[in-house]
Amino acid sequence: MNFELTAILLSLKVAGCATAINLVLGVSVGYALARLRFPGRNLLDTVLTLPMVMPPTVLGYYLLVLMGRRSWLGAWLQDHFGFSFIFTWQGAVVAASIVSFPLVFKPARAAFEAVDGQLEQAARVLGIAEMALFFRVTLPLAWRGILAGVLLGFARALGEFGATLMVAGSIPGKTQTLSIAIYEAVQAGQDDAANTLVLLTSALCIAVLLIAGKLAPGRVSNRDN
Amino acid sequence: MRFDIHFQKKLTSEKRVFELDVRLTSTSDHQRIVILGESGSGKSLTLKAIAGLITPDSGHIALGDQLFFHQQRRIRLAPQQRRLAYLFQDYALFPHLNVRQNIAFGLSRSWRNPHPQTPDPDVAYWLDAFQLRAVADQMPDQLSGGQKQRTALARAVIARPAALLLDEPFAALDPALRSSLRQELDALQRSLRVPMILITHDPEDAAVFGEQVLIMREGRVTPASATSESKN
Repeated sequence: MNFELTAILLSLKVAGCATAINLVLGVSVGYALARLRFPGRNLLDTVLTLPMVMPPTVLGYYLLVLMGRRSWLGAWLQDHFGFSFIFTWQGAVVAASIVSFPLVFKPARAAFEAVDGQLEQAARVLGIAEMALFFRVTLPLAWRGILAGVLLGFARALGEFGATLMVAGSIPGKTQTLSIAIYEAVQAGQDDAANTLVLLTSALCIAVLLIAGKLAPGRVSNRDN
Repeated sequence: MRFDIHFQKKLTSEKRVFELDVRLTSTSDHQRIVILGESGSGKSLTLKAIAGLITPDSGHIALGDQLFFHQQRRIRLAPQQRRLAYLFQDYALFPHLNVRQNIAFGLSRSWRNPHPQTPDPDVAYWLDAFQLRAVADQMPDQLSGGQKQRTALARAVIARPAALLLDEPFAALDPALRSSLRQELDALQRSLRVPMILITHDPEDAAVFGEQVLIMREGRVTPASATSESKN
């Protein structure tokens, strides 16, 4: 059971970090795209959505080019910090963050857009500063949609395979996340291990989907009026 | 206190250019001014500019000795600083807060909303003044039109504003309710002794509230179109 547990814990760690990063980035970007008007806004939205449709191995390749040992950034990090993203769990986090980013920021943007701008205007006239009204008006009305996106992003990060394999490899205990472990187990004919992992991963994903479904906008409790 | 307003703004949407040119001056203290105009004539935009929710291209907006906006002197007071009571056309009540919390909303500048059962004495005063005690714990979607309007009004006036700005306050209400609420608003404004600008398409509002009535047509309000008493 040790092998399976290692893979699960590693996946949870990687997906957890990736989701935490995307929570901050995705919500900020979602808010900016929802509220600011600038030329090229929709183009930016499209570019940021690309990781959702691009083949993960393609993304992995781009990441190698950007962060690999022979790249500008990779060499700099290696020389100054003795650190590399390649073949490390940190690299897996980067890969997982990028592929799941669109799943977080798009629902966040939609959730913010669903908040009536006039409510924020009302708060302004009542004397409430921008930051305060974000926490008192905007966020309370948008958090369900945001959380639904965060959960989907987490599920995606949990299952990440292609980009992770390219960037971080398949080192048991270090970078062999769930999907990769399943692949390796099947390749090696270890059906029991594969079964366990597949069942656990499926259960996790179903649970996440169920919770996300309960949070999505539109599920307003019925009141007798 | 008196209003001294004269500003211009050009707005461009996909198809048309809309030019706003507003000149408005109170001719007495805490005067009731009505801007009468058809839908689309720019009335809401005028009120938004006065409140600071949109910024004019040129001109100035002043109330008493407070300069809210002066394009040439580069003065632009944020809406948060203008201390104005603004009643939105569809009330803009916060749907996630109950009546009490809505009314108390502007009282604290903190990042936290008021408590659902806030014991604030000012809140209690306005709940009674507007007969909202019975619905104090209810959410906005459970209120009638008249109750929503009174909640929005209480929310706007609780912090002792320098003036009242009302965007078609009676448009969404049925005629019977309108006349009783007009009387309530009348009494309120007299007791607060602050200037009031009310925008409407209903000449009845002008008749009741118009110490000074200005006509707005295609973005233009000028003294030339002012009538000090309704001639109808």
